[in-house]
Amino acid sequence: MENKDITILIADDDYDYLNQMDFHLKKFGFKTILANSQKECEEIIETTKPNLAIFDLMMENDDSGFILSYKLKKKYPDVPVILASAVSSVTGYIFEQENTDEQNWIKADKFLEKGIRPDQLHREINKLLEL
Amino acid sequence: METLTILTVDDEIGIRTGVKRALRNFIVSFPFHEDDFNFEIIDAASGEEALEIIYSKHIDIILLDNILPGIEGIEVLEKLKQDNINSAVMMITSHASIDLAVKATDNGAFNFIPKPFTQLELKSAIENITKHLLIKRITHKMKNEAKQIRFQFLSVLSHELKSPINAIEGYLQMMKEEEVGKDISAYKNMIDRSIERINGMRGLIMDMLDLTKIESGKKNRELNKVNIIDIAKMAIDSIIPIAVQKNINIESNFPEELISNVDSTEIEIIFNNLLSNAVKYNKDNGEVNFTIKEENNNIKITISDTGIGMSKEDIARLFKEFTRIKNRKTQNIPGSGLGLSIMKKLVDLNNGSIKVESEIDKGSVFTVYLHIE
Ligand SMILES: Nc1ncnc2c1ncn2[C@@H]1O[C@H](COP(=O)(O)OP(=O)(O)OP(=O)(O)O)[C@@H](O)[C@H]1O
Ligand SMILES: [Mg+2]
Repeated sequence: MENKDITILIADDDYDYLNQMDFHLKKFGFKTILANSQKECEEIIETTKPNLAIFDLMMENDDSGFILSYKLKKKYPDVPVILASAVSSVTGYIFEQENTDEQNWIKADKFLEKGIRPDQLHREINKLLEL
Repeated sequence: METLTILTVDDEIGIRTGVKRALRNFIVSFPFHEDDFNFEIIDAASGEEALEIIYSKHIDIILLDNILPGIEGIEVLEKLKQDNINSAVMMITSHASIDLAVKATDNGAFNFIPKPFTQLELKSAIENITKHLLIKRITHKMKNEAKQIRFQFLSVLSHELKSPINAIEGYLQMMKEEEVGKDISAYKNMIDRSIERINGMRGLIMDMLDLTKIESGKKNRELNKVNIIDIAKMAIDSIIPIAVQKNINIESNFPEELISNVDSTEIEIIFNNLLSNAVKYNKDNGEVNFTIKEENNNIKITISDTGIGMSKEDIARLFKEFTRIKNRKTQNIPGSGLGLSIMKKLVDLNNGSIKVESEIDKGSVFTVYLHIE
């Protein structure tokens, strides 16, 4: 599969972050679908299967990203999900992958802090897509 | 059922067994609390023995005789205070002297029960002290919950500050990497967006200052007789520069004068927030109508707009801190989601109320009622 046949679904309620992700992913050669809320993303998931999804954690709800990855995985179990967040461990959401119980529930393949460099992001995406 | 542990400290065996007998099957219940209380009774014949028990085991209530063979009851009390042990202490005294009473109360004794006492007197004293312990526990829990809320607020706040920083940093990185070439004009949009996000942060900081003012100012509000209409006119003046950019007309409908006993800063913040929203969430060439009138001993303030409107679900969450309604129509409008929560706090402070009506794509009407003092 070539990059141009790969569609990445991005959900983030920050307009600028969404724009920037769109820019970088297109530059890497991927197609993108953008959603700026949990609600809009849920509607997209109903009709469209992406090859990979990147969800912001906090949108309308504190756990929007969790809910989205749960819903996406239920419908398309093979689609990898990246959860991105601006919150770090200090604020209470601890992104440790040690807790396997929690991981089972959360159902994301990768947790990333926002602000990660685009080339790092590219590498993570390639790993998950086994490119 | 919850069990409280009582320690009886008395050298008279009669008292020790008497307490045991009286309280063995005693149950205390309160209409405001689900769990009933019963009691486990242990005893000590001297102050020294009592301290040993107290340091090895949690004791809820201590019945303490003052005249003991070794150290006196009052010394036991002092020791407990020193070591921060907060069992509730009830002194048992045969001839209560005022001196002792004062000294004991100073050292944290809860109350006194004169010796000899009847079973009934003992029971009613125990019931009292149980209520005291329960209330202490409930208020302690409430304080922790307040801390919890504060923590949540701070973590949301840090998220709200991190998002614009990430966005600006992202654009700066793109410029640094020259992602769209060497020509600066290609970056115009990124620069504009960065400035917009910085303005957003500035707004957030201003809102935070308003919030702290409210929190700390609750005690020293400055109520004065002022003309509300003057404040309203000032609020309009300060929003006009923004309204002009979208060619929005602000129609006002005021009486000459409406005097009320209020804190003018509070009223100003209320007006500013409502007007700012009516302009921000309006369409180009839209209308804002600002009406103030007196009605049944209330000041009725109505601010309506011809803007994007909101759904019923959105209205329900409107007054919560950091609520912003996210959709395509609002995505380019800066804001911190604090304005209305601040406004609500201030309206509450004035014993007022708020009504919101809205229709998507038609507009919104915010009505605030303030009681005239
Ligand atoms: N008149 C209105 N018409 C449509 N939507 C509104 C209106 N007023 C408020 N809203 C919605 O309610 C949300 C909360 O408003 P609020 O004033 O609390 O925050 P804000 O305007 O986003 O930020 P701030 O006032 O702190 O700068 C807004 O983000 C907006 O989506
Ligand atoms: Mg506002």
